[in-house]
Amino acid sequence: MAKKQYSFYPGCSSEKNASASNYMTSVHAMCDVLDVQLNEIPDWNCCGASVGYAGGGELERLILSARNLAISEQEHKGQDVVATCAACWLATRETKERLESDNQLMRDANQALAEIGLKYEAKQNVRHMVEVLIEDFGYDKLGEKVKKPLEGLKVAGYVGCQTNRPFGIDGESYENPKYLDKLVETMGAEPLGNYDKKVQCCGGALAFSEPEKSQAMIKDIIESAYDHGADIIATPCPVCQMNVEIYQDQINKTYSKNFKMPVVYYSTLMSVAYGKGHRESGLDGQIIPATKLEKFAAK
Amino acid sequence: MNDTSKPIDAIRKMSMSAGNTAMIERYRNHFLKEVTDNVEEGEWVNMCMQCGVCAGSCPLGNAWAHPPQEIFMMIRAGKREEVLTSDSMWMCTSCYNCIVRCPRKLPITHIMHGLARYAERLGLAPKNQPTRKFAMMFWDNITKTGRANEVTLGIRLYFMHGFVNGIKTALKMLPVGLSMIKTKRMSPLGLVAHSGCKGKNDITKLLKKAREIEEARMKKY
Ligand code: SF4
Ligand code: SF4
Ligand code: SF4
Repeated sequence: MAKKQYSFYPGCSSEKNASASNYMTSVHAMCDVLDVQLNEIPDWNCCGASVGYAGGGELERLILSARNLAISEQEHKGQDVVATCAACWLATRETKERLESDNQLMRDANQALAEIGLKYEAKQNVRHMVEVLIEDFGYDKLGEKVKKPLEGLKVAGYVGCQTNRPFGIDGESYENPKYLDKLVETMGAEPLGNYDKKVQCCGGALAFSEPEKSQAMIKDIIESAYDHGADIIATPCPVCQMNVEIYQDQINKTYSKNFKMPVVYYSTLMSVAYGKGHRESGLDGQIIPATKLEKFAAK
Repeated sequence: MNDTSKPIDAIRKMSMSAGNTAMIERYRNHFLKEVTDNVEEGEWVNMCMQCGVCAGSCPLGNAWAHPPQEIFMMIRAGKREEVLTSDSMWMCTSCYNCIVRCPRKLPITHIMHGLARYAERLGLAPKNQPTRKFAMMFWDNITKTGRANEVTLGIRLYFMHGFVNGIKTALKMLPVGLSMIKTKRMSPLGLVAHSGCKGKNDITKLLKKAREIEEARMKKY
């Protein structure tokens, strides 16, 4: 199959030494196997994410993503824009759709962009990496590349909010999306069909500003995974990954629990199943080691 | 007017921004119109049929003094100050539950963000609301360098409740921070050296222009 190319928006959390740098490692390993080339948008800026609204008005926020999109149109003609961070994808796609459907906003945005010599025409689609996998490859093709089926690994597919709502993936239901479970199954692992916290919010950015309230929700997300016999939680979102993994010690103290549940990305599972090693799969970035998955990587 | 209310009124006036006074004068008792004209996606408020679906959708529901449905009702009832000084909107986690469920397709998430932003602009947002503080720091952080720096952002956040509290929270978060550094998911160097994006002058220019355009648009009403 010919190499597939995309205009890539990595987002701040994926940068070297940032919270989702391990996500990037596994995405690159996965793309290497799938012969996907990610062309980073030159000099991209932050998308403003979900809490940009307090300091920036509508146009100020939209213009941040519009700059990235305008550079992408200019530099990576004819390619779809792909984001790996759920919040980045949401903000960027929202920008495209709002500008596209509102002529006044589009004119305003272009008036501002003209200041720095850019122009935006909403020519490229904005997609999440998971959409690329499902729509441009499909489960069967993704399955063909599996070298080490993750047999016996029980995975709670935690979808969370922002890859799921408001846009959704592959037209699936918001209340019970199946794509993550299907990906898990394609890698030879065992999805938990009845994991009831699949689309529960983890608090998002409010995990910083409202830690107690957010940790109460995170506790339920982990507890339900244990109740259903999970070995590991997998997610498509860097905010979810971080929130569910890093506060487990604090949650254990507050609620007298013994949680030690590893939380990985779909791309971590895929890299390992595709035969990539421990480091290439970003497993050295786990704060809670994914012991059972490591065994497959070592095989 | 009786005498006891005077000092309260005076204090209230002083704490309000000039922008706020201008808006009060302009709209008098038409708060719904004020929201329609000035709040992002505010024109939708009128479409709410008070079914209550959104009120049960917020993950931090019990922390909302007024859930979205109630906020919409209060806007129509002209409860301007109660709405704009409320900390409810700041409880929104951007989970988008409400948007996909609302039978009238109101962009509720954006209206909540828009109301929070509007209250902030007029100087009515509750000053010590933690998410407000975090969100303002976040904006400051990204607009200076063009990219978010998680380290300086995190550290300022944990110190925002004042120095002593800051130390307590920072110590509580220390194990989390250390494990992030150990796994190379956070760099202590971020404190002194964060490259940001090269076009940061462009970003400043761009945002200045965007704000100009927005303010010009608001003056039109
Ligand atoms: S959402 Fe997070 S990762 Fe994405 S650009 Fe913004 S801060 Fe950066
Ligand atoms: S769900 Fe929609 S229509 Fe129903 S109360 Fe909420 S905003 Fe109004
Ligand atoms: S997006 Fe905000 S307003 Fe909507 S359900 Fe979630 S928390 Fe509530």
